[in-house]
Amino acid sequence: MAGHSESHVHPVSLYTRTLWWLLALLVLTVAAGYIPNVPNWLGVVIALTIAVWKATIVIMNFMHVRFSGKLAWLFAGAGFFWLLIMLAFAFADYVSRPWEPFHGWPE
Amino acid sequence: MSVQEIEKTATLEHTGDGHHHGDGILGEQFETLEQQNNAYLIGMWAFIVQEVLFFGAIFTSYAIYRYKYVLEFTLAHHELNVWFGSLNTFVLLLSSYTMARAVRAAMQNRHKKQAIYLFLTFLLAGEFMLNKYFEYGAKFEHHLFPGGDYSAHEVVKHAKEKGELRIVEENGREFYELGKTRDGQFIAFKRVTPEEFEQRTRLFFGFYFIMTGLHGLHVLVGMIVIAILIGRAWIDHLKNKPIADYMPVEMTGLYWHLVDIVWIFLFPLLYLIGR
Repeated sequence: MAGHSESHVHPVSLYTRTLWWLLALLVLTVAAGYIPNVPNWLGVVIALTIAVWKATIVIMNFMHVRFSGKLAWLFAGAGFFWLLIMLAFAFADYVSRPWEPFHGWPE
Repeated sequence: MSVQEIEKTATLEHTGDGHHHGDGILGEQFETLEQQNNAYLIGMWAFIVQEVLFFGAIFTSYAIYRYKYVLEFTLAHHELNVWFGSLNTFVLLLSSYTMARAVRAAMQNRHKKQAIYLFLTFLLAGEFMLNKYFEYGAKFEHHLFPGGDYSAHEVVKHAKEKGELRIVEENGREFYELGKTRDGQFIAFKRVTPEEFEQRTRLFFGFYFIMTGLHGLHVLVGMIVIAILIGRAWIDHLKNKPIADYMPVEMTGLYWHLVDIVWIFLFPLLYLIGR
């Protein structure tokens, strides 16, 4: 009767392990934020690396993408890919030319 | 299964086609339950992708302005409470776990367990919002909300105490020098007028309130949906329903994890970097 759904049920340990990893990474990212004299760019790189790591295990384990079909992979990948396009192209523009003057905002 | 339910099932079932329209879960436009569930999931993922881009656009503009006014933004960063941010991250990560367990219970048709895990998720979400309430309250109290009475006074005060800002006078005009104190010596990186400093820190708090506010709105919407699911699961439990559609819980779970992921990025980018 419930055969169609039982096949998708994963062991509790999958979720427990994911939670422990997430909490460990939370401690790590807060600790990394307090290391003295880290250059600004490096702090951003460390924070973003850990954030991407955390997001990936949430997507894979909690959101079940690891066990999903190719279409779910395509969608999850597309979201990430489009975000990268937006960031890359926006930055390519802003870092490569002077900013337009904005009324009331002295340069 | 009661006699009535079996009768109902028998009348609804397409005779001999081997499909499970009978349990009231499968819509008639779908061939199999698997096909229906996949259609649900893809729809939900399409929504999630647009949410990623929606938040992504705000993250992009935040990144661009932080890149341009990195010193001003860094000093404004210091006004945020890392303790509150960490606590809220912990609460949201935990709520993602309880949500995943609720989905698991739903897949097993364990309605009571599902209702309990959903309720825990709801409580954790409430705790998140409560923390936000206190956090926002403190910002309003210190005039850091970018509204009519915004003032960078607190930012200037704390930056001066930490030796990262110095007030200098030149030709009777006041300037702020932003920099660092090393071995008792102030090294200036940039000089700004008090008005510029006020506008740029105000911009930071604008981003802070927009980003955390929109995220908080998503948490509130999630809480409403979760409350409805708790009611449904509890009714299924009371009625001893042998089988219920788990997809609403699974899809709400996907939404809830997305809300968690947005916070996973908001937390370090607003609270941690530049410390």
